[in-house]
Amino acid sequence: MRPFRYERTDDVAGAVALLSREPQGAFLGGGTNLVDLMRLDVARPDVLVDVRRLTSDRIEELPDGGVRIGAAVPNSDLAADPLIRTRYPLLSAALLSGASGQLRNLATTGGNLLQRTRCVYFQNVTTGCNKRQPGSGCSAIDGYHRELGILGISPACVATHPSDMAVAMVALEAVVHTLGPNGERSIPVAELHRLPGQDPEHDTVLEHGELITAIDLPPLPDGVRARYRKVRDRASYAFALVSVAAILDVADGMVRDVRIALGGVAHKPWRARIAEDALRGGPVSEERFRQAAEAELAEADPLPGNAFKVPLARNTIVRTLLDLAGPDLGGMAPPPASPDAPDPSGPDPNAAERGLDPNAPPAAAAGAAPPQDRTQPRHAAPPEEAEQPQEATRPQEATPPQDRAQPRHAAQPQDPGAAQPPNNPGAQPQGGPAIDPAIMDPEMESGPEPSGPPA
Amino acid sequence: MTVTARAMGEVIDRIDGPDKVRGVARYAFEQPLDHPAYLYPVQSTIARGRIIGIDCRSASSTPGVLMVLNQYNAPRTNIPAGQGELNILQSDRVAFRNQFVAGVIAETSEIARHAASLVRLEYQEEPHDVELHGDRDDFWVPSAASAQFPMELDKGDVDAVLTSAPVRLDRVYTTARQYHNPLEPHTTAALWSEDGLTLYVSTQGVSGIRDVVTALFGLDPGRVRVVSSNVGGAFGSKVHANPDVVLTLLAARMVPNRPVKFALTRQQMFSQAGYRPPTVQRLQIGAERDGRIMAFSHSSTSATSKLVEYAEHCTRPTATIYAAPNLRTRQLVTSLDVPTPCIMRAPGDCPGMFAIECAMDELAVECGIDPIELRIRNEPEIHPASGLPFSSRNLIGCLQEGAQRFDWEHRDPKPRARNELGWLVGTGVAASTYHALQQSGSMATIRADPDGRYTVLIAAADMGTGTWTALTQVAADALGVPVGSVDLRIGDTAYPNASSAGGSSGIASWGAVICEAAGQLRDRLGRGGSIPRQGLEVTARMPENRYASQYALHSFGAQFAEVRVNAETGEVRVPRLLGVFAAGRIVNPKTARSQLLGGMTMGLSMALHEEGVLDPRFGHVVNQDLATYHVSSNADVGDVEVHCLDEDDPYVNPMGTKGVGELGIVGTAAAIANAVYHATGVRIRDLPITLDKLVAW
Ligand SMILES: Cc1cc2nc3c(=O)[nH]c(=O)nc-3n(C[C@H](O)[C@H](O)[C@H](O)COP(=O)(O)OP(=O)(O)OC[C@H]3O[C@@H](n4cnc5c(N)ncnc54)[C@H](O)[C@@H]3O)c2cc1C
Ligand code: SF4
Repeated sequence: MRPFRYERTDDVAGAVALLSREPQGAFLGGGTNLVDLMRLDVARPDVLVDVRRLTSDRIEELPDGGVRIGAAVPNSDLAADPLIRTRYPLLSAALLSGASGQLRNLATTGGNLLQRTRCVYFQNVTTGCNKRQPGSGCSAIDGYHRELGILGISPACVATHPSDMAVAMVALEAVVHTLGPNGERSIPVAELHRLPGQDPEHDTVLEHGELITAIDLPPLPDGVRARYRKVRDRASYAFALVSVAAILDVADGMVRDVRIALGGVAHKPWRARIAEDALRGGPVSEERFRQAAEAELAEADPLPGNAFKVPLARNTIVRTLLDLAGPDLGGMAPPPASPDAPDPSGPDPNAAERGLDPNAPPAAAAGAAPPQDRTQPRHAAPPEEAEQPQEATRPQEATPPQDRAQPRHAAQPQDPGAAQPPNNPGAQPQGGPAIDPAIMDPEMESGPEPSGPPA
Repeated sequence: MTVTARAMGEVIDRIDGPDKVRGVARYAFEQPLDHPAYLYPVQSTIARGRIIGIDCRSASSTPGVLMVLNQYNAPRTNIPAGQGELNILQSDRVAFRNQFVAGVIAETSEIARHAASLVRLEYQEEPHDVELHGDRDDFWVPSAASAQFPMELDKGDVDAVLTSAPVRLDRVYTTARQYHNPLEPHTTAALWSEDGLTLYVSTQGVSGIRDVVTALFGLDPGRVRVVSSNVGGAFGSKVHANPDVVLTLLAARMVPNRPVKFALTRQQMFSQAGYRPPTVQRLQIGAERDGRIMAFSHSSTSATSKLVEYAEHCTRPTATIYAAPNLRTRQLVTSLDVPTPCIMRAPGDCPGMFAIECAMDELAVECGIDPIELRIRNEPEIHPASGLPFSSRNLIGCLQEGAQRFDWEHRDPKPRARNELGWLVGTGVAASTYHALQQSGSMATIRADPDGRYTVLIAAADMGTGTWTALTQVAADALGVPVGSVDLRIGDTAYPNASSAGGSSGIASWGAVICEAAGQLRDRLGRGGSIPRQGLEVTARMPENRYASQYALHSFGAQFAEVRVNAETGEVRVPRLLGVFAAGRIVNPKTARSQLLGGMTMGLSMALHEEGVLDPRFGHVVNQDLATYHVSSNADVGDVEVHCLDEDDPYVNPMGTKGVGELGIVGTAAAIANAVYHATGVRIRDLPITLDKLVAW
């Protein structure tokens, strides 16, 4: 860590003026990202201008029914705020799915938006990285890029923006207010972050010395349903491999409006406009959700190590929309339209422990899928079925898919072998049933069963 | 001699617990030393080659810098045999990326760290070789650590049976590079003065550190004192002296009479503190249709550094676990331009049993037999390799007890048969085993005072396991006095020499010598004799266990896992783990449970998360922090149940204990992988089981 000066000013204008004179300086929010990067010698500011107590730390209602969030509001406070939990549970859920309680206490709303990529080469000064050191080459493209981008990438950089909060804000069509050397401006969050292009050293459109002062959330139309679903490598405390923030407005079986933002896939929170356009005005159906997701992802340009993100993103988009559309379509019970309770992806840490969808809405957790009751026998198979079939490798005699009333799970017309990723020779279906996972039903357990004594 | 259990078997809270909870327990870095200087290393940015120039000018001229250590000005050390990674700043050779190539000593740790970034090195780089593939042709059979655990074994005609057996299985399994990642980093504080050398180290064995240090610097052991009171986890990475200890000593020598402190950063722990090397293992089994094994072949390859030969001995449990009339094991190793791997919780046995127990599950499927029944059918009567009887062996008991607790009876063996709201549910089982080891060479002193208090002195270590407490219970029973009368002191070379805390041998070794000392003390006191006014002191040496050559000494266990795999995303959750273990006498059920539960949790982490990703272009592990190297978080750990069978083993040691530190991690990953297969029908043979291997394409 290099020596640096620490400065505080009396007001926002003073901070902007000070930093504008310091080309190597930086604003300091909670420091949970910036200070880490300084320790690693990745960020080398010679002066830090502390803005944590400078911008507003309040959450206020706006006359139009929207909400204004001060840039200094801690992530924890924002997630817990009654106004946010009531009107924008999507945002609460996204925040609570990120980092850890300790980090969220320290992290600010402004800092969260401007946190930098988690690309491992960016964070290591001994390896080339165009974002850290323009012209030094991208080490990730031919290296480790499992967590990096598949959409809007460039030959110069494939990094992702790691924030969960920003993904929800893009879906909510939030607007950032800034004060810079050239005065105030307002920027939709969707336009705050850039694509990498040839100059990935710029994460955002902000100028040096431009301070985020507040973020406005416009009101959501009545009756819409929203959800944040984050898929990651462990049940908590990991960045998104793929996340989906979706807002769905359905009337009479038709998609009146829809907004979809994706996290973990691009250099910015990715607004899935192609998918939205494909869905808007049309009937609600699983097939159309799938087609819309595929249309959006047709633009994807994955690398060998992150090709799995394409099906993962597709499946997660479809599932999230199904859940929002409600049980009729095979989704989980929908979250309340504008509930008191936020989407529990974060607030219900036990969801993961129960083996339920960690982001499952409360209705599903409480009703449809009772948490494992350890006093109950857990295995549905009657005792006589516990007998082993003679040939365990025998394909299962499948109930024809069309027999199934009410498909509850996304029926994917796919080969069962497709459960094996193409470039993963280690994973071979062995003795697996010739049936798609997505069309399995509990009823199938009573289906035809090979029987006979062990040899 | 066997000891009557009074305190042993009782639940006693850890004696070090209150201090730790209150935050007053002192770790090595927190030793209050007068006016310490701080050290920060410079690490190589090439994986192989020579240093041809070093520019320390701007670092040296930074205010607050005391000195920049490098290969030219560092004190010379002896090269300890077989410990080439301790050859720090002694030559211009670079043997792996991130090797220590210089160090800055400064008034504060911030100044040292900043100045280290100003040191410029010039290298002559040579092409490096850092990748392990199963198809390399430069493997060799490593030198065996002991006759008991040979690196090669041949019994019968394996090849002939493998080609003719009715059921044949030939599979390759791989395990990932795993890091110990104890919470407390590797830390050393050293003071070199006229009185000698005092070291505060976070270690699993102060005596071992003292021996290495005296050898390196040619010192009189009497002038070296090593202290290690509290240790915040180790898992094998603190058994030996690591490069950070040597670098601190070099620094301390250069600033005499000034203590020098150095704690590794988390990133540095990924190159300086050892790791479990990745393994590629091939299992070939020939069996009868009823599942009885006719031939079993297990070969395993791993890579070590160019500096030290370390083989991950995955074939070690192979000869113990199942009966096989024809048996072959082959342990192979190659060397790469990488940091030196080392023992990590259940070295060899843990990745080895992953492969063996997955293969057994595959065999059960092939034969259409319940996997528990398959294991019962292959239970050996005597140790398959040595031919010795087992001192006690309760694998079947563990499997059966576990089956009952887990409701295995009602399991539908059909894979991919349970889907609960989009989550595929499955269960799996695997066996655990570990050897009941006793290390020789420990000594202990017991002093009896006329007020009825007993002080036990031994240079043992408690790395956070509860050993301190359990050993106090052993001492109390050996002396026939209440626990409250015993004051056990450990972690200091001022006390009698002790073996290190490794191989789950702590209680077995230190307990045995304490029992010996207690026995001698009681003999000296005579029956009903009172303690003389000046007190009485006895020092004893650990006796050999005469049964060790007559019996095979092993612990066993059975692990059960329930998993849920998201049918669309491939996310894996493990809502339930059950481990049933037979590990001899359980000295303290509370601390033992914590050890077994911790081992299972680490096994879960190995199954689902842990993987150090090495970038072959650079030669370093790119995910070198805990944000990118994932270990299981609290939310990943569901219900973990631990149950120990009563097991009375008079042959292992006077206490009848077998050790519980490592057994718990053996088999967990296989139970989970087998459950994932049962849930999904997809057999994952390469750890970790991440969602990209299961996502629906
Ligand atoms: C281990 C770990 C895990 C994490 N996991 C997640 C996760 O799962 N999901 C997730 O979304 N996040 C995650 N985070 C990131 C965390 O959310 C961010 O570090 C945090 O939000 C940054 O906020 P801060 O206030 O601390 O920013 P700082 O570190 O203070 O600043 C970040 C950047 O923003 C600039 N800045 C700060 N405030 C302003 C302002 N008002 N105007 C202009 N510029 C400003 C700073 O100059 C700096 O460049 C994780 C972090 C860690 C360390
Ligand atoms: S992906 Fe971007 S951040 Fe990562 S190494 Fe390449 S240029 Fe740097």
